[in-house]
Parts: sequence; structure tokens; C-alpha cells
Amino acid sequence: MHGESTDHPAPGPLKGTSIISALKHAGVKFVAALPDIVTCDSVLWPLTSDPDLKLVTVCKEDEGVSICTGLSYCEQRAVLLMQHTGFLDSINAIRAIALEYGHPVVMIVGLQGMEPDREPRHSNQYGIQILEPILEAMGMDYGLLTHDEDTQAIVPIIEKAYARSRPYTFLVARSPD
Amino acid sequence: MMKRDKALEIIARQYPDGIVVAVYQTAFDWLAIRPHPLNYVGVGAMGQASSHALGLALGRPDRKVVVLDGDGSLLMNLGTLVTVAQAGPPNLIHFVSYNGTYEVNGRYPIPGGGAIDFCALARAAGYSRTYHFSEIEDLAERIPDVFAGAGPVFAVLEVETGIEYPRDFSIIHSPDMRRTFHQALKQLASK
Repeated sequence: MHGESTDHPAPGPLKGTSIISALKHAGVKFVAALPDIVTCDSVLWPLTSDPDLKLVTVCKEDEGVSICTGLSYCEQRAVLLMQHTGFLDSINAIRAIALEYGHPVVMIVGLQGMEPDREPRHSNQYGIQILEPILEAMGMDYGLLTHDEDTQAIVPIIEKAYARSRPYTFLVARSPD
Repeated sequence: MMKRDKALEIIARQYPDGIVVAVYQTAFDWLAIRPHPLNYVGVGAMGQASSHALGLALGRPDRKVVVLDGDGSLLMNLGTLVTVAQAGPPNLIHFVSYNGTYEVNGRYPIPGGGAIDFCALARAAGYSRTYHFSEIEDLAERIPDVFAGAGPVFAVLEVETGIEYPRDFSIIHSPDMRRTFHQALKQLASK
């Protein structure tokens, strides 16, 4: 499933409400988050007043990897919402806790500075260029959230992550409306 | 100064069968002192114990969750104090073994050495109660207090090495330990 594309023809703009709705349909009850410029307005701020999802604001992203893991042992689904810089900063925790130990840590990662007319690996931003190769080297399943249709993949992917006890990374390539 | 194994024995007597997240040498000692399926020792990355414990505490608000952290480990994830305090799980008790060294990594001194006031840091972050224990008699007398009432609670254990139980990292990282914990937690009835 490496690098699987969730692109569709005639796409609509990505919406934060679609992401949040999909999380709820996937049974997610907790979101660990550190503000990400890509998703802050459309996902994180709405979550602060959403009664169905408990928000756990973290000081550093790797805390969220462990919080999601602890919750998973309690049969509680969670996602970690962060910027790609936070993902890069958390690689050791992701490597050990999510991948080596095999925990269902589902991450939604905003690509800060991503150009709208490019693919991530062709971005002019070095930190974005290297993300997909890093994910592939780590053996991490991932997919892009670029258009609203892509959010249809969120529920089955989260179901699968928890069924297999494996992590997954959604890369948010456009700021959702 | 307390011998760590003696301090852990007091905690084990107070809390014989609940959820415990433990790290490094404290984890090895704890596994020998209180072998139990609800021991969670696979935290994966240094500094992450209290974050795992926070997830467990939020996911099982009906049960106490104890974390046996280390001083070097806590320094690696100091923001956890603020994260935990803001989330405010009343069922989380956060112990820190303070010996001023990275004990498992060559006993090299931690930054700040013996001069860090971890309780002050925890109070400033917003923990509801803090304790500092340097004498075994004091710990024995006040341990019921630590476990009574609402948290998050923070307690420093000023320790030196006592009986040092063998370091078997294959146990810490073993899938069997994680599976055993998961099964035990599933079977742990809701209160």
C-alpha cells in the first residue's frame, strides 16, 4: 500500500468538515494534536468545540505517538494531527512504537509550504521532498489527502490500521477549506 | 537517600495489582519486585513513559495508572508535564526515580546533576499534588496519601542503586509482554 494514491478525476476541494466527519465514522474518539498551519483553521479549531472528539494538545509530537498507543490498548481509537516538521522530529518514536512494536498509530500530517501544482516528492521544499522516501524506507503505509474525494479512504484505512495493528500516515497536501 | 528496590517494594505493597508503566533500570527492578500482567514496559523510545501512561489513563479513567519514570527520561520529554497537567487525568500517578545519572547508559550525570527541582517543575506545569521522598520511612508513611484522592500526582523518589536486577532488554521489547498486558487490560473489569 506504499504511496497509494487516493486521487480521483474531477476533484472537489478538500474540506476540514469531511476529514472530521470521516474520523467520527471511523470510531475515533481522541485527537492528539500540535497546531499545523495546513489544518489548524479547518480541522484543529473546529475540534476544540466538537463534543464527539476529545482533543489532547501536546507540547511535542512524539508525545502523541505514545498517547495514541496507550489509548489503543484501551480499545480507544485516536489520531495524531501534526505538521510534517513534527513528523520528522518524531521519527524515532514512530520507528520504535508504531512500526517496530506494531501499534495502530494513525497520523494526519500537514505539508507546510507544499506547492498546489506539484507532487510532494517534487516540491521545492526539501522537508517535503524527502517525506515519501522516508515513509517508504520505514515501511510505513501512507496516502495523500489532496481533494475531498480522498477523505472517503479515511474510514477503511483506519479500520484496517486497527485491525492489523499497524500505523498509517495521511499526508495533507492542500489546506482544507 | 533511599535504595531504589526498597522504594519500589513500598509502592508495590501499596499498589499490588494495577497498571504500571516503567522504564529502564526501574522497569527491570519493578518486573522482579512486582511481576504482573499489568506491567507495561515497552515504551519504545526514551522519555515516552508518561505519554503512554497518559493515553492509558485517558482510555481507562476507571483505573489508576502509575508511571515509574526516570530523571533522564523525564528531561527528554519535559513538555509532558504540561501536557499531562492540561489533560488532567485524575487517575494518573507519576513517580520519578531521581539519581542524577543516565544509569543504564554508563551512569553519566544528567544535565543539572543533583540540582533539579522536579517537583517545582511539576507544580508549575499544573500537577495537582507533588511529593518529594528522600527517606524510606517517609515514603512508607505517606504512600497512602499519594494514592488517595485525585491527580495527576507527581512524586520524586530520591534514590540510589539498591539490589540491581538483571537488565534483559529482550523482555522489555518483547511482543509477548505487550500481548500479555493487552489481554490483562481487556479483562480488567470496569469500575
